[in-house]
Amino acid sequence: MRIQADNISKSISGKPILRDVSLSIEAGQSLALIGPNGSGKSTLLRVIAGLLAADSGHITIGGDRVDRLPRRKLAQRLGFVTQEAGTTDAIPVREAVKLGRTPWLSFATPFGAKDRDIVEAAMQQMAIESYKNKLFNALSGGEKQRVHIARVLAQTPQAFLLDEPTNHLDIRHQIAIMDWVKAQQGTVALALHDLNHAFACDRVAVLNAGQLAAFGTPTDVLVPEIIAPVFQVGVRQSRTPHVDHPILTFAKESFTTYP
Amino acid sequence: MQFAFGGVRPALTLLIGVAIMVAALGFALVIGETRIPLADIWAVLRIEAGYPAREVNPIDHGILWSYRLPRAIIALSCGASLALSGVVLQALLRNPLSDPYILGLSAGASTGAVAVAILGFGAGALSLSGGAFIGAMLAFGFVAWLARMARGNSAQATSSLALLLAGVAGAQLFHALTALIIAKSADANQARGIMFWMMGNLSGSRWPDVYLAVPITLIGSAIIFLHFRALDAMTFGREAAQSMGIRTGLVMGVLISTTALLTAVMVSMTGAIGFVGLVVPHAMRFLVGVGHLRLIPATALAGGIFLILADIVARMLIPGQTLPIGVVTALVGAPAFAIILVRSSRAHSG
Ligand SMILES: Nc1ncnc2c1ncn2[C@@H]1O[C@H](COP(=O)(O)OP(=O)(O)OP(=O)(O)O)[C@@H](O)[C@H]1O
Ligand SMILES: [Mg+2]
Repeated sequence: MRIQADNISKSISGKPILRDVSLSIEAGQSLALIGPNGSGKSTLLRVIAGLLAADSGHITIGGDRVDRLPRRKLAQRLGFVTQEAGTTDAIPVREAVKLGRTPWLSFATPFGAKDRDIVEAAMQQMAIESYKNKLFNALSGGEKQRVHIARVLAQTPQAFLLDEPTNHLDIRHQIAIMDWVKAQQGTVALALHDLNHAFACDRVAVLNAGQLAAFGTPTDVLVPEIIAPVFQVGVRQSRTPHVDHPILTFAKESFTTYP
Repeated sequence: MQFAFGGVRPALTLLIGVAIMVAALGFALVIGETRIPLADIWAVLRIEAGYPAREVNPIDHGILWSYRLPRAIIALSCGASLALSGVVLQALLRNPLSDPYILGLSAGASTGAVAVAILGFGAGALSLSGGAFIGAMLAFGFVAWLARMARGNSAQATSSLALLLAGVAGAQLFHALTALIIAKSADANQARGIMFWMMGNLSGSRWPDVYLAVPITLIGSAIIFLHFRALDAMTFGREAAQSMGIRTGLVMGVLISTTALLTAVMVSMTGAIGFVGLVVPHAMRFLVGVGHLRLIPATALAGGIFLILADIVARMLIPGQTLPIGVVTALVGAPAFAIILVRSSRAHSG
């Protein structure tokens, strides 16, 4: 499903957080949102997810405006993994993943065999079946993150929003997530801090202080001229064998000579 | 951790729960200053239902039908309502220590009921409950507002602390208002009666109370049960629930109002009975897990049973004297509160 953001602006308690952001993600494509801490990545994802109303501009998903879709309908189309959602409940992993089926269930359609299969498949995909009976709160940060992703997979939406999904993950599972993003049939937008992961996406959007600093293909956007001033670091691009995209390496400001 | 009844079929568990409830009811009818045998109880129930049965000593008949039975039914209804209110508040506010007593809803309801009773806007059960409802909603509004102000942008751990402290402030404020109303307007006799009632007391329970309490409990429980999935979805917070299709604003409005209504009606009849909403849901989570599909019926049943038993203890603990039931629930509840507090702060830091 195509996602489009038109001229999104948002202020929170008088402070502008997003300023006139416009971008789009074609159906089945992926978008990496990058930018320094506090640049507005999470806020933009919240606005796209319909959790936060924009002050001006609007979001459409599959041609429908997000703020006009009923919540349940929206949840059937769009899944969202927020940055670090915790709980005080002693909920077992399997029950946590089952929650993902919520938008498809009602009193008339209770949790059934089909839902169980979807939940099992989601747990398998995130490699969490081995601890499905453990309590969520007894897991490590990375394991929790995978449970959340499995929960959103169980939601079977056509579009995914992921706020720093590779956070807390060990390198193997980071790669697994990025491979999953690449292989996804659905539309994906994800906030990332590892800029080299962004090469796996079809498009990259760079946010800086709430404004869109750049938007385009990874090879166009992930270049020192754009990245260095936004993150205020030195950036160098290099090539390695066996990797089909350039690698970015970073250093403090002293690294100012761009190749 | 394994759940104790993980293997038992839910329906069987429910059946056992109902059986325990019936047994507790029977126990409450038998036990008292005068012990009334089960056979007499059966006979009285048959007579009152219009079936032929042998005569029972008229005094026993009166005690049983006019006092013990309505009292036990009110205990059942009140226990179920308060316990369910705890479940709802804990899930919606994502704070394991929430309950109508701790968050000041009961205090607000007391103020509302006392205001109606003393300042007199007609003191029927219905207007008492109405006043209590308004008081409970005001108290919740105040506590929620204060918690939000105190919380600002800080993290979850501090926000749950902010909520509890706001609850303390709210309860104190409304207790003070109640005291003020009593001091200004009540005569000594009224004041003594109100003080006794405020500590939580079932001795005033009569049939007209039953006709209000039981329907309200049934309707309130049904509304809460219908939202079991929304309550489940709140596990990972409001945003996660919204992103799974729950209209959290609407759900919170409906369920908080339902909770305030349940609390208000019960408080206007029995005074503020504390800790039921805290102890019972936690015990039930341990038995049936955190899923609300099972937790809600289990909590309603167990809450009712808990309060029936607490009332028996209140009546029997000191011979010739009836303790306020709130004293009994607090004796059980305060240590339970401490345990939950320690465990939940460990969960936060771990
Ligand atoms: N509820 C809020 N109230 C006030 N300010 C907020 C709120 N939410 C976000 N902000 C502010 O908005 C700005 C953008 O925050 P946001 O969380 O979108 O950044 P981010 O790009 O996701 O950062 P990070 O990389 O640290 O996750 C920050 O300056 C933050 O302080
Ligand atoms: Mg963020």
